[in-house]
Formats: sequence, C-alpha cells, structure tokens
Amino acid sequence: MRIVYFASVREAIGLEGEERDLPADVTTVTDCLNWLEERGAQYGAAFGNRSKLRFALDQKMVSSDAALTGTTELAIFPPVTGG
Amino acid sequence: MIAVRVQQEAFDTAFELATLAAIGGGAVASFTGIARDDVSEQGSVTAIELEHYPAMTLAALEALVAEANARWELLGCVLIHRVGVIPVGEAIVLVGTASLHRAAALDACAFMIDRLKTDAPFWKKEHRKHGSAWVEAKTSDGVAGERWG
Repeated sequence: MRIVYFASVREAIGLEGEERDLPADVTTVTDCLNWLEERGAQYGAAFGNRSKLRFALDQKMVSSDAALTGTTELAIFPPVTGG
Repeated sequence: MIAVRVQQEAFDTAFELATLAAIGGGAVASFTGIARDDVSEQGSVTAIELEHYPAMTLAALEALVAEANARWELLGCVLIHRVGVIPVGEAIVLVGTASLHRAAALDACAFMIDRLKTDAPFWKKEHRKHGSAWVEAKTSDGVAGERWG
C-alpha cells in the first residue's frame, strides 16, 4: 500500500510518501498508525496526538476505524486549513 | 457555467464575477479569502504557503460544487483556490455564485466556503520574518461546516 503524508505530518516523518507491505493483522487506519509507530521514533512524533490526525483512503476522507481492505493509497495529515 | 480551478498564479476576481454576472441571472454572490498579516503583530507575516493533496484536491472541490448545485438553483458557479506561496494581501480563494434570486447565490456561496474549510485537503503555513509555522485548524470552522447538515 502507498502511504502519503502532508503538512506537519510530512515534515515530522521526513517523507512525502512510501510503499509499505502491511502484515495481515493490520486491517484499519488505527492498526496502520500503531504498526508504523513501531518502525521508528519519527512516526511516534508525527502521530503523537491522534485527535489531531485526519485520514483519506484512495482520496476520500475517512475516520480512524476505517478498514484498509482494497485500499491503494492511505493519506495521513493534520486537520485541513484551506480557504 | 461551472469553473473549478486549483492554480499557483493569481486570479482576477473582477473578471470572474463579471463572467457570472454576464449569465444574466440577476444575482451574483462571492467570497474572497485573502492572505493576511497577524492582526496582533502587524508586519510579522510575509506570506501564506498553501500545500495540498494533488490527487484529491480537484475532486474534493468538484464535489462541493456538485452538492451546492444539488441544493440550490444556481446558474453559475466559480471556485478557484491557489496553492504555493501567496504574499500577504493577495487572494487565496474565490467562491462565486450566480442565480435568479439572492438567497440561492448567498446561501450556496456560504455553504461552499464553510465546507471547503473542513473538507478540502489544503494546509496553510505562515511565513514570518523569523521562521514559519503551520496554521492550526479552528474549532469554529468545524462548527460552521456542520451547520449545513
């Protein structure tokens, strides 16, 4: 699955995006956050305050309990501030 | 007439509104969002940088326009959002609507800017004389977005 990061999340992780092969037991957005946090301190720093994170699966906004099944791209970002 | 654009370059608000007026509906409403200084520390902000999610942005804006057209009788709709570095004083976003009577144009315009603030993948960073910082989302924006159900 492709995972892309924006704004402060992108800066904290130091990547615009990456390809990741997720284990079978990582089935939701929250599972993916927990799994990534075990892979490096930068993820913990980026995801520290979960209430300040928003997500999109294949470019549609979802909540953190959304299932990853069939997803090509997961986006993780802070609350949007356009306009 | 529907126009939805995401672009780096400045846009001409007067031209866009004249295009809506030329439809002949009798009512044109608009909202222009402008890059501004810090009101409590004048002169500190030099520019606002807009990051976005290119694969999602246009579809998110088109969805807003489609919902506005489903809810109100609109004759025309313009939604332009800039990305990249925008100097203080320049426009960031334009929402324009045309209709036969004022209520549809005014309400649809307010709906689109309120929902854009919560649903469209843009992030603002303030460039200041000494450093830069991401703009925090405001709770009041979430409340304004929710009032449209």
